[in-house]
Amino acid sequence: MAKKLLLEKAHVEGIRHYDVYRREGGYAAVEKALKMEPAAIVEEVKKSGLRGRGGAGFPSGMKWSFLAKPEGVPRYLVCNADESEPGTFKDRYLMEFLPHLLIEGLIVSSFALGSNRTYIYIRGEYAWIVGILEQAIAEAKQNGFLGKNILGSGFDCEIYVQRGAGAYICGEETALIESLEGKRGNPRIKPPFPAIKGLWDCPTVVNNVETLAAVVPIMNMGGEEYAKIGVGRSTGTKLISACGNINKPGVYEIDMTISVEEFIYSDEYCGGIPNGKRLKACIPGGSSVPILPANLLLKTAKGETRLMNYESLSDGGFATGSMMGSGGFIVLDEDQCVVKNTLTLARFYRHESCGQCSPCREGTGWMEKILTKIENGKGAMSDIDLLWDIQRKIEGNTICPLGDAAAWPVAAAIRHFRDEFEWHVNNPARCQTQNYGLAHYADPIHVPA
Amino acid sequence: MSEAVKTVKVTIDNITVDVPMGTTILQAARMIGGDVVPPAMCYYSKLQGSGGKCRTCLVEVSKGSEADPRPMPKLVASCRTGVMDGMEVKNMTSSKVEDARNGVVEFLLLNHPLDCPVCDQAGECHLQDLGYQHGKQGTRYEFKRRTFDKHDLGPYIQLHMTRCILCYRCVFTADQLTEKRTHGVLSRGDHAEIATYIEKSLDNNFIGNVIDVCPVGALTDKTFRFKNRVWFTKPVNAHRDCKCCSGKVTLWQRGEEVLRVTARKDQWGEVEEWICNECRFEKKKTSSWTIEGPTHVSRHSVISQGHYENIQQPKETFTAVNGGRNPQLLMDIHSVSEVNDPSIDLSLINGPATSDVYNHSTKQS
Repeated sequence: MAKKLLLEKAHVEGIRHYDVYRREGGYAAVEKALKMEPAAIVEEVKKSGLRGRGGAGFPSGMKWSFLAKPEGVPRYLVCNADESEPGTFKDRYLMEFLPHLLIEGLIVSSFALGSNRTYIYIRGEYAWIVGILEQAIAEAKQNGFLGKNILGSGFDCEIYVQRGAGAYICGEETALIESLEGKRGNPRIKPPFPAIKGLWDCPTVVNNVETLAAVVPIMNMGGEEYAKIGVGRSTGTKLISACGNINKPGVYEIDMTISVEEFIYSDEYCGGIPNGKRLKACIPGGSSVPILPANLLLKTAKGETRLMNYESLSDGGFATGSMMGSGGFIVLDEDQCVVKNTLTLARFYRHESCGQCSPCREGTGWMEKILTKIENGKGAMSDIDLLWDIQRKIEGNTICPLGDAAAWPVAAAIRHFRDEFEWHVNNPARCQTQNYGLAHYADPIHVPA
Repeated sequence: MSEAVKTVKVTIDNITVDVPMGTTILQAARMIGGDVVPPAMCYYSKLQGSGGKCRTCLVEVSKGSEADPRPMPKLVASCRTGVMDGMEVKNMTSSKVEDARNGVVEFLLLNHPLDCPVCDQAGECHLQDLGYQHGKQGTRYEFKRRTFDKHDLGPYIQLHMTRCILCYRCVFTADQLTEKRTHGVLSRGDHAEIATYIEKSLDNNFIGNVIDVCPVGALTDKTFRFKNRVWFTKPVNAHRDCKCCSGKVTLWQRGEEVLRVTARKDQWGEVEEWICNECRFEKKKTSSWTIEGPTHVSRHSVISQGHYENIQQPKETFTAVNGGRNPQLLMDIHSVSEVNDPSIDLSLINGPATSDVYNHSTKQS
């Protein structure tokens, strides 16, 4: 049984409420942190090797140390709870069952960063969680963990919950800040980065829910202890939200040393693929990361076992690897059609593009139309090459990473499943009633000696 | 002044220039001028916060700075990236940039209706110029182009949303020139459109400037609508004593008639001084204006052609070129061409007198 740091108490009766949470050892991190120097907390997070859990995996301690600290200018901490990546639902689980864990992490982080006003930007669709969080904030305030002069330390902190209006793009940190300021959620052009000029032009740190919650165990056990869990630069535990063709979809906390194979097939986690079907492909880190066929998913191109961590999942670059991303683990069995799956993702990105910069605005719509054509059996071979060319021209040429996120799934699908696309073009009638099936995707890969 | 403005060296396409600290790559390139300047569809130096959106000005930074010589991993928008000391930038010398820019132009033209023959902007349209420079002959897009519901913006400004490239310039103009912006971008993604949320005309006294900043034909002058093609009109600098603006304008005349009034624009197509609606829309008589003289259009576009200005005369005379022979203006045509000599029976001439003979002779050769 892997060690659980975040979800350990998730099933304790009434943990959503302050009394139970406190009885189970909650808010100890705040008590410990407020006796420390803020810089020492940042140092502790640096030592822990904690990496951003929102998708990019940037070291959080480093991000915190970039925060500008000019005199007389307020600093802000913003919690990014705009979890909208298809296949990712770990933050929802965390906020719904352990709201106080997030609040506790927020208080510690606010103190470390010197933020007296901290915001939780939550996606509009999580309407019922807003109430849960606000109740938790009110309870924490009643017990002196929020408000003026917390625990006699002289530190003031207020936490506000702000609902988004249902836009994927507002999960991008600068778009989130724009939206929080009450404007249209268009990503800003960087630089300046939020650490210099963020919310209301003040230095701002934007962190994912899980990242901020992970600060609590780091405070409780110490950064060095935390860094011992996991492997290499993938320290600590990670929440994985598994979905798709698996027996036990849900949120799992893993310690990043287990293999992908174990994660999919062991009864402790996903519990295998239902109805005796075989694994075809998997999107290991939320919809925008490259899809991998079964053979490349379980073993890297070098023939090593692929592990569930940042380095191993991205082994081989985009040619034969993928990304840890936000931990949205989507499994496709042999009955799934990769073309249809890619179309679904392309439709999502077309719908969610903010329309600010031209490659993403025009390119996402174009890709969706071509994929619709291929999926409906009306495609031509040249369309596949055209798709490749479009994604190549979007990737890296946009303001924010949404362009990349839209381009990567299409690129990876063509890279690894080109024969399935070609089969759709060559068999326009059959592809309407039948699937391409598993083909060779699950065959062991040939490793050159 | 104890603190002199710090200058930095930046090299763009192997041309080095000294610019003040804080200049953007695009501005530095404009200081050099010529082909080094990346095209800009959304950036407008007079509008704060503009730029970065159209991605046509992408350049490759092959050396970050003297202190940190690593190249930047991605192409950067030159309009919003500041220069660093010792920075080396590749614009037209980079194949990556050319490839990306061709892609961006293709994206911009993807849903563009290409209705240039009926568009009032044709001839001074930045997208047209960009298309000539970087566009392909055909399109690879085979789907229906997107359309929008029509929005009426009042008696002066005509909105053609299908032509819009969403540069946001008009939004910034209204934000920075008027007290209250009543139009903006609605929806998102490829359905984003410029509109007023509640059907309403734009009636601020300076709102007419959105026509001048629009790089394409999305916002055009209703008083000039379908009146003439811009390349047939003659631009003339003029001014009047206006209470609320500088009154310095360009009149676009056909004969004595003033067809259109716009602000004066520099070589990048940017307005020099904003003008008010009264000057722009109401004063269409030559008598209202003091004419200064013909406008020098220095922008590289159709409108800069045919004004017989700054014409370079050949330095050598015809005689010198022709090896001392004087031009013979009244030549006897019959002596030149035997075909037209009335004394010759045409049918007797050797050569392609009829198509049959012609076809026969070309087949053989």
